[in-house]
Amino acid sequence: MIKTVQERVKALLDSGEIAGFLGLKEAGGHIGPHLFTPEENGLDGLVLGDWKGPGDARYTLNKQLIHLARAYPDETFGVLVRGCDERGLKSLYVWNQLSPEKVVPVGIACPPELAKACECSKPYPDALVAGEKGEGCAQETLKQVEALGLADRFGYWQKEFDRCIKCYGCRDVCPMCFCKECSLEDPDLVNTGDVPPDNPTFHLTRAVHMAGRCIDCGLCNEVCPVGIPLRTLYKKVADIIDEEFGYRTGQAADEKSPLNILAGAS
Amino acid sequence: MDYKTVLTTCPYCGCGCNFYLEVLDGKILAPIPCKTSPTNEGKLCIKGWNAHEFIQSPNRLTGPLVRKNGELVAVSWDEALDYTVSRLKEIKDSHGGDSIAFFSSAKVTNEENYLLQKFARAGIGTNSVDHCARL
Repeated sequence: MIKTVQERVKALLDSGEIAGFLGLKEAGGHIGPHLFTPEENGLDGLVLGDWKGPGDARYTLNKQLIHLARAYPDETFGVLVRGCDERGLKSLYVWNQLSPEKVVPVGIACPPELAKACECSKPYPDALVAGEKGEGCAQETLKQVEALGLADRFGYWQKEFDRCIKCYGCRDVCPMCFCKECSLEDPDLVNTGDVPPDNPTFHLTRAVHMAGRCIDCGLCNEVCPVGIPLRTLYKKVADIIDEEFGYRTGQAADEKSPLNILAGAS
Repeated sequence: MDYKTVLTTCPYCGCGCNFYLEVLDGKILAPIPCKTSPTNEGKLCIKGWNAHEFIQSPNRLTGPLVRKNGELVAVSWDEALDYTVSRLKEIKDSHGGDSIAFFSSAKVTNEENYLLQKFARAGIGTNSVDHCARL
């Protein structure tokens, strides 16, 4: 799998089609994001983000791609994508944060165990370069929470939110959080400067903003120092948007989010 | 285009969380918590998430300043240290060691912190020693 990806990236860099490839590199015993450039000699250390288990060293590469694209709008960049990252790319095109002409996705499929752990609806990208297309998984965790009665469910979430140390990591890691002004820093909505955050207002404010925006990559879950199952919450928000508007974030690159349309109409 | 991700250690407290600093053309954009770090396993607290902000702050102190006639004036390290020593001596002689407190740092080594508390207790005669992680 890694060999196929290396060949594809090498071809893209050699042909001059891309100015750089945003991927993952293992160096000094750690895996982190890295921009491979033609000036660099070869693709030493290029990895796919598997450390102790499959995909446990994934990073928010799309967020870094936005930084690069803002500084160098005329350059084309390659980027390593999984199914979730591609949903992110499509959605970022819709929100005019990236230009599809300037992005070359190099796709890898997630193995079944990773897809199951993520309960991912589509664990492979359309721009598939390496790996086997796996089956989408059922939303078991969400079903378990939804099976609780209303009072128990509210209690469950309040108990989860109670642990929040208000690090803003869920916002900071999110590849879809590109707003210049963040509602979570708005004193009219959030008790800024105080810990703990208002429960459940703080997290529900963020959940509302994830409607039509969350691409279910799960990086917020992974970054949370106290293990709040944010992904489950945002999966529910995505389901509501699907039920109400028939819209799944990141499925199409040319379909605006219903909330994007509402914002435009105001 | 010069884009780097530089692995480093959070400067705030003694935990030593690892993150990559995203650096574009010499400007630090953001920390990216390191997933493979055994200390923080891809997580950070709010201090770590904002650890990059002071580095490029125009308000950052880059050299010693001494207040002269009500105004802060840039001086050499020799002058600053001489001034500090003479004032510490004056205060200790006139008000006693307990009138002085020392403020150390979680960013320095264990040995340096040991040295500071030893200086505070044995040299000056105060037990008032604290450090910056009590933010």
